[in-house]
Amino acid sequence: MDIEGYSLVLSALLFGIGVAGVLLRRNAIIIFMCVELMLNAVNLTLVAFSRTLGIEGQVFVFFVMAVAAAEAAVGLAIIIAIFRHYELVDVDRFNLLKW
Amino acid sequence: MVNLLEAVLPVVQQAEHAAGDFVPLLPGLILLLPLAGAAINGLGAFLWRENRTIPSVVGPMAIIGAFLVVLVNFFAMRAVGPHDPAIVSYWTWMAAGDLSIGVDLQFDQLSVLMMLIVTGVSSVIHVYSVGYMGEDPGYSRYFSYLNLFVFFMLVLVMAANFPVMFVGWEGVGLCSYLLIGFWYENMDFASAGKKAFIVNRIGDFGFLVAMFLIFTHFGTLSFTGVFGPAPETLVYGGAVVTLITLLLFLGCTGKSAQIPLHVWLPDAMAGPTPVSALIHAATMVTAGVYLVARAGVLFALAPVSQAVVAAVGAGTALFAATIATQQYDIKKVLAYSTVSQLGYMFLGVGIGAFTAGIFHLMTHAFFKALLFLGSGAVIHAMHHAFHSTDRHEDPNDMRNHGGLKAFMPITAATMWIATLAISGIFPLSGFFSKDEIIWSSGTYGYTLLWVVSVVAALLTAGYMTRLMVMTFHGDNRMGDDVRPHLREVPAVMWVPLAILAVLSVVGGWVNIPEALPAIPAVGALHHWLEPVFEPARHVMAEHGFQQAHSAPLGGGEALWAVAATGAAALVIILTFRALMRRKYVPAEEAAEPAGVAAVLYNKWYIDELYDRVVVRPLLALWRACWRIVDEGLIDGTLDALASGTRMVGWVGSLFQTGRVAGYMFWFVTGVIVILAAFLL
Repeated sequence: MDIEGYSLVLSALLFGIGVAGVLLRRNAIIIFMCVELMLNAVNLTLVAFSRTLGIEGQVFVFFVMAVAAAEAAVGLAIIIAIFRHYELVDVDRFNLLKW
Repeated sequence: MVNLLEAVLPVVQQAEHAAGDFVPLLPGLILLLPLAGAAINGLGAFLWRENRTIPSVVGPMAIIGAFLVVLVNFFAMRAVGPHDPAIVSYWTWMAAGDLSIGVDLQFDQLSVLMMLIVTGVSSVIHVYSVGYMGEDPGYSRYFSYLNLFVFFMLVLVMAANFPVMFVGWEGVGLCSYLLIGFWYENMDFASAGKKAFIVNRIGDFGFLVAMFLIFTHFGTLSFTGVFGPAPETLVYGGAVVTLITLLLFLGCTGKSAQIPLHVWLPDAMAGPTPVSALIHAATMVTAGVYLVARAGVLFALAPVSQAVVAAVGAGTALFAATIATQQYDIKKVLAYSTVSQLGYMFLGVGIGAFTAGIFHLMTHAFFKALLFLGSGAVIHAMHHAFHSTDRHEDPNDMRNHGGLKAFMPITAATMWIATLAISGIFPLSGFFSKDEIIWSSGTYGYTLLWVVSVVAALLTAGYMTRLMVMTFHGDNRMGDDVRPHLREVPAVMWVPLAILAVLSVVGGWVNIPEALPAIPAVGALHHWLEPVFEPARHVMAEHGFQQAHSAPLGGGEALWAVAATGAAALVIILTFRALMRRKYVPAEEAAEPAGVAAVLYNKWYIDELYDRVVVRPLLALWRACWRIVDEGLIDGTLDALASGTRMVGWVGSLFQTGRVAGYMFWFVTGVIVILAAFLL
């Protein structure tokens, strides 16, 4: 298996860990980190494929990183606001946003 | 605008113009004057509501102007002599495929005669209205409606084809509705107007279907195009012509208040009395008679329809006369009398004695208008007397009248003239016209109808004498405080009465039967109308029609004329003497009628019968439609759809827990399912 194969396996593992973390953990910060993990797993895939398919994959990684940075800023702000209000960041406790 | 100009200017395109033909003078003006009057007064109802002068001048002058134009045309036509109908075409109203209908007016002897009657009687009644309606808050509106009525009535009689006639036919119905419900604040009056309109619509349905049938068989709807070729196109006595004429007659029963659609006319008395005189006695209700006479060729081709028309006419004449004998409202007596006299006219035109029917239409217009205006004068005086003393008795109820001849001598005298005329006393107008119808029905072979019409004629003399006795003779029953306020109506009201009284006397002299040859104008009307009715009479003659020379019981026309007037006079004298001995009490103290009188007082319970047989089943049907179809079926389906949608939404909302973990779970599950779908 060449370097791309390893990279793809690694990114699949990272993505799976991210999904599992989002589904199983209750701490908003951890969920947030897991989301970042999934994004970076995808980045790794893009980079790996760009070796054979062209430079577009790497360009796309920059986009993902830029969007992720913006998302992190907004997401962290929300989490801080929630924490100030409730003094906790357990997602199971915020269930007011429904019908 | 161009059309209006064409209407005023005497630009006449004659269908078949030949030298020596009659050319109508200012034909459009006859229609435009009443229409302009209606427009001006209609505007006045909004802009100068309090102004009494403008309507008082514009209303009557518009009609008198039209009358003068008609009069000029009449004399011009007389000078020309017998000729083909003159058609005045204005513009094409509808053109679609084979159908082309123009706004055409027809000037022939019949339509000019009708125009004379309509505008002449209208002029008199408009003048009278100035006095009668003088204090009404809706004065300008009243004249607007009345002018508009005359316009539509003229359209009806001047039309040269069925659709234009139908416009007039519907228009007079509209004006009748507006004027019956003129005092619309009174719920009863408003629903009387509605009743008239709805009952008329039933008849109009027949008229419309008849028009469709005529178009399918002739390809045209113009009078000349239908009546000319009718004897060749249609089979004598065939189903088609019988159906057409019966449907036309259904329209006539509605408009002219014949059995079974007579019920609206007595209720129409809710309108102002001059309206009753003009629309519901002299002109509009005779439109059906005019239509049968106009379509005489078609009726002559359908002997079954002729028999139906004659039988319905004679039946209505007797039926309405019996009701009239037991009514206490003075206008109701006259209303049933009108229904009865219209029955005579239909008997006349039905058996084929068209001239006799039209002749009676004319004389009836005079004496019945006079009777109504006279009753209006009585009501006017009674109303004032009661009003001045703050009493609220019914001024229409004859039980509250009595002895009025001492207070209202002119009204009493003119109404006696009309009573003698309608009863058929020689030499007043009703004698000649009614006698001609009765004589014709006897000699044309309708023996049973002849008997019926004779009985009805005697009843007529009876109930009219009863009306006169109860109103003008005996003791006054108004109470001592009210009596001093009674006085004769002003000149603007009694002069029209006098004019109509003169016409009621001399109106019959235009058609004196040959059996009484002493007077020079023998059969003048008959000769005048001969060109119009000649085709119909020709059809009848071709199929074996023959007039007998003596009545069913023997005896010539002169003998029967003497007998008829003698019998009528005898009935008047006997009724007068019998009723003068009877003591009447005011309406409030009177007992309810009982026995036969109750049946007649309640008009043979026809209204109640219609209520049970027609109105209530229809209401039940509509209630079923409302409850079962609308509320049950339609609302039920929509409600089920709505609650089903809400159900699905409720199930969907169960997934929206507000918990992030739950959303993520369904999100990931969704992704996996989609991926699986792609991969597998």
